Parts: sequence; structure tokens; C-alpha cells
Amino acid sequence: MNNVASTVEQTNTVPPLSAKIVEPTIFDLSSPGRTGVTLPASDVPETASPPKHLLRSELPLPELAEVDVVRHYMRLSKFNYSVDGGYYPLGSCTMKYNPKINEDVCRLPGFVFTHPLQPTETVQGNLALMYQLQEWLKEIAGFAGVTLQPAAGAHGEFTGVLMMRAYHQSRGDTKRTKMLIPDAAHGTNPASVGMMGMSVVTIPSDERGNVDLKKLEAACDDTVVGMMLTNPNTLGMFDENIEKVIALVHGCGGLMYGDGANLNALLGIVRPGDLGFDVMHFNLHKTFSVPHGGGGPGVGPVGVSASLVDFLPEPLVGIVEDAQADGDMAPLYDFIKPPKTIGRMKAFHGHFGGGLVRSFTYIAMHGPDGLKDIAQYAVLNANYLQARLRDTYTIPYDRICMHEFVAEGRFEGSDVRALDIAKRLMDYNFHPPTNYFPLIVPEALMIEPTETENKDTLDAFADALIKIAEEAKTNPDLLHNAPSTTQFGRMDEVKAARELVLCCWLPDNYEMIR
Amino acid sequence: MTYIPISPKERDAMLATVGVKSLDDLFEAVPAKHRFPKLNLPPALTEMEAQAELADVANANENVRGDLVSFLGAGMYHHYIPSVIDHMLRRGEFYTAYTPYQPEISQGTLQAIFEYQSLMSALTGMDVSNASHYDGATATAEAVSLAYAQFRGKRKKVVMSPSLHPQYRAVVNTYEQGLGVETAGDTESNLNLSPEAFVSQVDEDTCLVIVQYPDFFGRVYDYTKLIEAAHAKGALVCVVANPTALAMFKTPGEMGADIVVGDGQPLGIPMWFGGPSVGFFTTRKSYVHKMAGRLIGETVDNKGQRAYVLTLTAREQHIKRERATSNICTNQGLLALASAIYLSVLGKTGLAQVANLCYQKAHYAANTLGKLDGYKLKFNDTFFHEFVLECPAPAEEVNAHLLEHGILGGYDLSRDYPSLKNHLLIAVTEMNSKEEIDMLAEVLAEVHHE
Repeated sequence: MNNVASTVEQTNTVPPLSAKIVEPTIFDLSSPGRTGVTLPASDVPETASPPKHLLRSELPLPELAEVDVVRHYMRLSKFNYSVDGGYYPLGSCTMKYNPKINEDVCRLPGFVFTHPLQPTETVQGNLALMYQLQEWLKEIAGFAGVTLQPAAGAHGEFTGVLMMRAYHQSRGDTKRTKMLIPDAAHGTNPASVGMMGMSVVTIPSDERGNVDLKKLEAACDDTVVGMMLTNPNTLGMFDENIEKVIALVHGCGGLMYGDGANLNALLGIVRPGDLGFDVMHFNLHKTFSVPHGGGGPGVGPVGVSASLVDFLPEPLVGIVEDAQADGDMAPLYDFIKPPKTIGRMKAFHGHFGGGLVRSFTYIAMHGPDGLKDIAQYAVLNANYLQARLRDTYTIPYDRICMHEFVAEGRFEGSDVRALDIAKRLMDYNFHPPTNYFPLIVPEALMIEPTETENKDTLDAFADALIKIAEEAKTNPDLLHNAPSTTQFGRMDEVKAARELVLCCWLPDNYEMIR
Repeated sequence: MTYIPISPKERDAMLATVGVKSLDDLFEAVPAKHRFPKLNLPPALTEMEAQAELADVANANENVRGDLVSFLGAGMYHHYIPSVIDHMLRRGEFYTAYTPYQPEISQGTLQAIFEYQSLMSALTGMDVSNASHYDGATATAEAVSLAYAQFRGKRKKVVMSPSLHPQYRAVVNTYEQGLGVETAGDTESNLNLSPEAFVSQVDEDTCLVIVQYPDFFGRVYDYTKLIEAAHAKGALVCVVANPTALAMFKTPGEMGADIVVGDGQPLGIPMWFGGPSVGFFTTRKSYVHKMAGRLIGETVDNKGQRAYVLTLTAREQHIKRERATSNICTNQGLLALASAIYLSVLGKTGLAQVANLCYQKAHYAANTLGKLDGYKLKFNDTFFHEFVLECPAPAEEVNAHLLEHGILGGYDLSRDYPSLKNHLLIAVTEMNSKEEIDMLAEVLAEVHHE
């Protein structure tokens, strides 16, 4: 692929698009001979280079000084909207404010500079933290075992589904191939099932936003692996028949999977394990203050009931030698392997530093009462916004909601759509809610305020949405053309998908594509 | 400690607007007998107390900056991380943003990840990179999913080299248990096969061959012929690469690889006891529609400005649901950003220097240790910054002795390869001084004489 080397030379010239460049790429900014880091000279006797035929001929990386790099990323950062910068009511994503102490503690040298394969007696601090976090998550959600390994919510789902399958197979119950999934579910649920080669049976919601019990009952038979349910669901509704739903699934021999995306509404309110859920993933990046990082890392531990603990991924952290009674010696922690483990989900032990340390700190700083406050205020804020918007926007499932609710972004006799409303909100300096999800609400606007917003912010947001509804009647083009006050306007998404320019230099068949 | 910015008075006003009397009244839909459980958790700490407690926890570890001199690698490496990276990562605009679903107000993340894609393509010599996976192991498993999908499930065999990282092989096995994919080739008896001879494992049912570069033992091979032979059988080839080594050695792209993945941790990401890091995934243009994960493409906005968007989203789970090839939703946004900043600030000369220092110091170490009485180098092949040392005693005992002297020894290969009972995998990076290497040699010599 020598053409990479040759094409990179062309990157100092602007691609033949007539586009105006707001911020050059890092390759555009490169100038031969500049460098950002000087490394110490080698202190060992020189060894001969590797054989020439094994060497690369050209390393087409940019060349910049440190200040060039800092200015570039500073300028880029200013193009981003963020939780630290403003209100981010993105439904189902729990974009809450994350305490700053997290950023300091996760960078303590004892965490940063430990290798995952160190002898376990040299990392007892890390193991103690992981063990404690396993215990806390078990207690918070009512489970018998927890793995901290999964890297994100979707990864946790996959882990959970693998364990459900392994459970049935271990009992010789091999004809179970169907997963029941409500129509309001996140797309990751069916995709996780698809990765297993299982089939999906979609269960509709009833007019109150609950699982349709009749349809569920009809689908329950001895080919059912289980059901994947988000509760509260993506409409923000706590299923009023949750115990009946779980009884039906258990009644046909299925297992109940809980999508923990919405756990923020349940802390100290109800434990999914007590309701009868057999498996659930936690989204530590939503509920327990791991910042979203522009799209990751996530952290997706999974809790299971007693019947599934033997199937958890390896390794878990356990106590292999108890603390001594006189309190002089701490317990000895080590990695342990569950007897019927589904195997390993990723290399090493999960998102420890940037994930588990932050969540551990967050839980330690909240305690049982603080956690309950989180859920209560998250739910209060959602209901307050819902009450303020009820007269202006259609709320198709209108009852006391949990931590989020869904409104319709459309108005009688207007061609304004949810997308237009979302974009117009940017002109009021708000991040839009999630839109077009869940799929069962037309022109959905899914609003999750979180507990870390004050009344003034919620009022300003409600005022903006009410004003936008007015604008939709009086001056709909304001919405169609929004945003107009931001640096960037609406994007040509078709062009991006058609031309597929995926890196800073042009693909070699660029002319052909054009 | 609370982060809730609502006063009791404001709360009461809000409850009145909602039309309920108390916060507890909001939870009538929750079955009464399970409502408001008493959680058995320790009482809340203040920030001051939490700082102290977490410092205690961290201090209960022995770390490789202050406490131990490390020669441990095996998939995660102690490299120098320039200060500038964390200063940029700590911009709230980067780390407290979400996935860039609203491109008008997410161009910072979008352009940065587009540049990450470009940098990874440049490093691997491939056409396209996605916005990243969880880590190198899961990226490898996603390569299997791509290959499986490419042959529409008709080819069911994945051939893995036994010198592919044992944990990566384990993850592939976990991922594929539902699809009925069979893995083959990674038996210990195949350890001594050359890449050319290893091709004998590939047949007409093979969808993917996976090799590592440098391999788990640090050895560097030109896989060109292996790739040609695998292609002749119709199979795709995935090369799992160490990104630092790619600054020095021929790119897998040049060798003809179809997919190049790996762990980006060496590129400016701390070891952090194993994560989070970033899994890079690069491939040929022809496979872009089968590739999982997010993808950022260039476009223009309605003001005619160059801009970036998430593209080809129709491949992804939120559109395709159960027909998607992967359920992946997040990428490792912040860590991909860290790698991009690392590659930007080190650049062409800096990264080559890092690679050269690793190479030089590892070779000095190998020469020194290989000459010690009772020790010898297991392999004679070209290697990068890791090598296998055969010891006069079980690796576990050798490591225990090293640890007494404040040295974190190599990876005990008998954990995964029973035939390599007395073998250590030693890693040397730019962080190791000659003095440290000489000290390692001294202490190892003691082991032999004891």
C-alpha cells in the first residue's frame, strides 16, 4: 500500500471540494520537520536494524509542534456541546453531571500505573475495589453475582444473552431459540440476540405503555429463551404489570433479562432482582457517573440471580483468604473462575481505571439515601417537565412517568417535524432530546432531564419548547432552517454516504466515485 | 454528598406542579411490597473523605512508576505518555459530550475521530478505519463477524495462530459460540510452524485466518506469503498488530491483509489495570459495508463548510436491529481521541523514535539475558520489544524472586502454554533504562546460582 505514502503528500492541498474549511485537519496542519515530543537518547549499545525487507518504507504521520496540537484540539473542543457546558436532555442516555472528584481519583498513580497481569498480591487495592463494587452492585439491584468485565451496555447484553443460552443448554433444554423483545426496546437488544443466531419475537405495548399481556401470553412457549425488557421502558413508563410479565416468562421456562439503561430511576426505589429479573446489565456510564467521553468508553457490568452465577464470565474477583478476626490483616483477594463460565468477554478485567474507579467513588459518596435521592429527583424533574409541556405537546402515554417521557414533535396542520424542533433547540443553546426513538411514537422526542438540573434550567427548557411550538405555527421556516446560530448548520448526509470520504486523504478511486 | 441542585422550596413547588404531595408518591406503579428497599451500603462519604479513601486504595497497590521496575507486557505496555494528552482529554467539551448524533454541535468529536480514522489507516496501511471497538480482543472477534458475514455464514471455520494472544483467542471463542463457528489451528503443537507452513490449516471452509504481528512472543514475520496462500483458498486474513511496532515494520496493508486490528493502548493510554483502552479496526474499502462500529465521513453543511457526520448508519443496530452484524453501539471515543493526540504530537519522527528505543533496549536486554548462565533465548527470529527467555527454574519462581527485588518480571508463559514451563515473555520499552536492564540481569543470575 505505498499509495498511502504518496497520497498523504497530497493532504497539504485541500481536497477538490469547494468546501470552506473551518478547522484544517491534523494532516493539513503538518509541516515537515516539526516535532511535538523529544525522547531521550538511547542509553544502550546500538543493535543492528531489522532486515530491510521487514521494514516499512514510509511513516505517513503528521508533523507538528506541541502548541500546534494544543491549539487544534482546543479549537475542535469548542465545536462540541457538552454536559459541562449546558443542558443535555438526551432520552435514554442519562446525561447527568459527573462529579469532578472522579477525574482526580481515577488518575491516582496506584491505579494508572498498574499492569493487568501483575501478581495479584501486588494489586490488592485494585482487587478490593472491584470486589467491593461487585458487592455494592449486587446489593443495589438485588442480584447474587456481578461481573464487571463487559465494556459497555451492548457488551453486557451480549454477555447476558450468552449466559441465558448456556443456562438452558446446561439443562439439556436445547430447543429454546426465541427471544421476546417489546416493540419499545433499544436496537441493541435484538442485535445482541442476532449475534447469537437466535430469533426475535416482537411483543407490542398496550395503550398505557405496558407490555401487552395477552400478546405476551400467546408468545410464551417452550421455545422461549427469555424476554429482554427495559423497565422503566423507553417511554419512561414503569410497567404496571411487571410481576405478571415476569410470571408469564418464568412460567414457560424462560429467563427474564433486564436492560439496565434506565436504572437511574430505580436506585433505592426497587431492586430488579426482587421483582424476579434473572439477568441485568448496568450502564455505569449512565447511572454511576462515568462521563460519556464523546461516545465511550462505556462500562456494562452484569448482575445475575443465583441460578446463573456459575455461568458468569471469567474472571471475577473473590476473597480467597478471609480477613483475620483481630482486624490486623485485610482479606486476600484474587481472580476466580466460575465453574460453568461462558468464557472471557474482553482482554483483561474490564474498564477499570476510567470506569470502575469512578463508579466506586460515586456510590461511596452517595450511600443508600443519596442513591434514593438520585432516583427521586430524576423522576421529579421528568414529571415536572412533562407537566409543563403537556398542554403544548402531545404526550401519547400520559401518566406519571419515571426518569424520562416521550412527546410527539408534530403539530396539527403543520409540516414541522421532530427533527426541526430538535435543531431549533440548538438555537436556544440546548442539546436536543433523543428523537425518532422509541419507534412506536410518531415523531418522538424522548426527554430525560436527569437529577442534576435545577428548576431554572428546566423552566428555561420548557419555555423554549413552548416558544418553538409557537414558532412552528407563525414562522415554520425558522425551524426548517435551524440551527442558524451555531457555527455549523445542517449536514449533507447523503453526500457523506455516497462519497465515503473516511480519511483525510482521498480514496484512490475518488474520481470514479464522483 | 449530593449533586442535586434543587432546594426543598423548589422541590415543593415542582411537586405541586406535578400534582403529587411527596416524592414517594411518584412511585405508585412500583409493586408496594418491593418499593423502597433498605440498601445495605456504607453511609455516604464527603469529597474530602472519598479523596482519602481512594488514595488508600490506590496506595495498596504496587505501581510501576514508583514501586516496581516492570518488564511485563503481553498485550499491555508501559509507555511514556506526554502531558499534553491528558490536558486535552480533560476538556469538559470532549469528555462530557455524548456520541455525536447531532453533528451541528458535535464537530469537535466528529473531526477528531475522523482524524483518528485517518491516522489508524496511515499506521496500518489500510483504506479505512472505523471509530473504534472496546479493545484489541473484541476488535478481533468483530473481524470474525465480518468474515462470517462476508461468506453469508457458509464458511464456518476460523483459523487462529497459537501465537495469537491467548486472551484474544478466548474472546473469539466466547463471541462465536452462538453462531456455530469452529476455531482451529491454535494448538500448542503448531507453535513451531513457520507462517508458510501454518497455511496448511486453511481450507475451503475457512472464512478467516488470524495472525498476530509481532506475534504474542514478540516475533516479527512477513505474512505476505501466508496471506497469498489463504487468499488462494478464498479466506480472508486478519492481522492483529501492535501499533508501536507499525512505526518500524512493514505494514500489514502492504502484506495484503484484509483486516488489521489491535489494541491502541500503547498510543498514549495508561495501563489502568487493563482498561479502558481502544480497539482499532481497519480494513479494505470493499468490506466497509460489512464492518461493524461507527464510521465518520466527510461532507459539507448547508453553509458550504467542510464538516463530518456519522455515516453508513444503516449498518448499525439501531436501524438493522437483529439483522445487524454486531450489536456495538458505543465506540471508545475518548480513548480514540487520546490515540489521535498521541500520534499527532509524536508524529512521524516521535513515533519512529519510540519504536526504535523499544527495539534497541529490548535487543540489549535479550543479548544480556541470553548470555546468563542457565538462561537462553527461546527463538532466533526477528523480534520487536518482547522476547521469550528460557529460565533455569519455573517462571513463577523466577518472578517471585524478581519481585523481592522490586522487579515485575515477564509474563509466565506456562499459564497458557504448558510446554513453556520455564519461559518468561519479557517486554522492554523506552521506559526501561540500561541500569534497570542490568539490574534485571543481576537478579536473574542470582536465581540460577541459588
